[in-house]
Amino acid sequence: MDWQALGLSVKLSLVTLFFLLPIGIFFGRWLAYRQFLGKSILQTLLALPLVLPPTVLGYYLLVIFSPNQGLGLWLNKTFGTTFVFNFEGLVIASIIFNLPFAIQPMQRAFSSIPRDIREAAACCGMSPAHVLWKIELPLAWPGIISAMVMCFAHTLGEFGIVLIVGGNIPAETQTIAISIYDRMQAFDNQSASIMSLSLLLFSMLTISFTYWLSERSQKKHV
Amino acid sequence: MSDKPNPDLAIHISLQQQRPIPLDVQLDCQPSELLALVGPSGSGKTTILRAIAGLYQPENGRIICQNEVWQNSVQQFFLPAHRRHVGLVFQNYALFPHMTVLNNIQQALSEIPKQHRHSHALDLLKKVHLEGLDHRYPKTLSGGQQQRVAVARALARNPKVLLLDEPFSAVDQVTRRKLYRELLALRKKLAMPMIIVTHDLEESTLLADRIALLHKGQILQIGTPKSVSAHPVTATVARLMDQQNIFTAQVLDHDLTAKKTRIHWLDRILEASFQPQFKINEKVCWTIQSANVLLHRRDRPSNGDKENPLHGKVIEYMESSGLVNMLVQIDKELNTTIAISVPLHVSKRNGLGLNEIIGISLLSEGIHLMPYQALRR
Repeated sequence: MDWQALGLSVKLSLVTLFFLLPIGIFFGRWLAYRQFLGKSILQTLLALPLVLPPTVLGYYLLVIFSPNQGLGLWLNKTFGTTFVFNFEGLVIASIIFNLPFAIQPMQRAFSSIPRDIREAAACCGMSPAHVLWKIELPLAWPGIISAMVMCFAHTLGEFGIVLIVGGNIPAETQTIAISIYDRMQAFDNQSASIMSLSLLLFSMLTISFTYWLSERSQKKHV
Repeated sequence: MSDKPNPDLAIHISLQQQRPIPLDVQLDCQPSELLALVGPSGSGKTTILRAIAGLYQPENGRIICQNEVWQNSVQQFFLPAHRRHVGLVFQNYALFPHMTVLNNIQQALSEIPKQHRHSHALDLLKKVHLEGLDHRYPKTLSGGQQQRVAVARALARNPKVLLLDEPFSAVDQVTRRKLYRELLALRKKLAMPMIIVTHDLEESTLLADRIALLHKGQILQIGTPKSVSAHPVTATVARLMDQQNIFTAQVLDHDLTAKKTRIHWLDRILEASFQPQFKINEKVCWTIQSANVLLHRRDRPSNGDKENPLHGKVIEYMESSGLVNMLVQIDKELNTTIAISVPLHVSKRNGLGLNEIIGISLLSEGIHLMPYQALRR
């Protein structure tokens, strides 16, 4: 078992969640409650990572952040950093790749709160921030948690985009999925199978947990 | 309830817009007064209620409640819902499902000190007869109980106006009657203006001091339920008030001594109450409430039978809750019918039934004239 790679994967997943939670809540809520011009275009763009091969997304990110041109060049000149072949680059790639997995369940969760409940809260004298904190978040919470769990599991097992954007640098960008690939290349089947089994069990647990959570929340309030 | 309502505590509403729902209304509701907004679906009644609550911003509006400006589009001023002191009871109550009954009410008590909120919420629960249910969740309550929680929560904010959006539509008939009685008892203790939205005419007649009849975003008539029913200003109002007896006629003359107006209807002359605002020979519409149509007793004719007597065949006969509703065909060729309601025992005693020929009298005081308009049949 490559504990270093597992540790890096867990770290990448947690950092991704740290950024995705507010992003998901903001966009999920915005898309659930607001009608605006270009909404369907934005939704299409946000859903794109669902169908786009991770390698394609990785390729474009590599092009955008390449230190020789455009944004990458500017970042390199201004901050002396680049987002390719390092952990920061992996985080950005992982956030972008997970956007639909975070936003869509949260959007559904916010949409399922009846409008009159939010309006009743306003009539009780609650400010919009209060309504979000006391009414919307508690009611959308199961959806938000399940989105986070899915993103965590998804990031933990992500391979293509990580390999392209991050390369395969131990302790920097070598995650558990890449480590499995690495072990297989080295004919170390025992390590590869232990790590694969761990990921399989974790994924099953994740799915069971999200189903349990959504059933529980339905029973609780309806 | 104070003996003399203070006009400063009234609410004044003026709303105008073309789209998406046309609105052109001006309304006042006095303290302690219960005003019903009545009208068919899509007439704009719920939109008006939402505009008062600040949940909807019409294009042009001016809302002043207890001398506090809530909206003034001329000055581009709009006070958001959470800063208006409004108590709103939603159609489906909109209780917070993740909170107990007590918590639901406490959410509206943010303006009183924290240490008093618990006891204040319990007092409100007592007021709506829900003692002992404070730790229950909304989904474990019956429809009637949920409605009471919604009323308690609406009152918790000490609102300057109480708004009720079809509050009885989600409960069964038996519960509804019980809740009517409770609301009538509760409103005696309330000093703020109250506005109820309903499409149920019976409900508005039972509960409201005044009704505003809405149609396509406009108020067609405003007044006491009795006056709007008996004296609709147009045939459209009469139709929306569920009047079945609406006809066209021509004014014949006005009898100044007897204080009667005579009209020519079909091939008959009818005596109506004195309505000199209509000119002689003017075409008019007229209506009579079925309660003002008297049945001639077969066994004992009386002098009253001479007042606008008519004879016809019963072509529809329906019994419901101790009343009989009949359609009496006066003219077969023109298919002119008059609707009449009599108590079931009267119908039985007179041997009434389908296809019976009966005599009726139209009370002249009940015949109300309106400007002419083509009637839809």
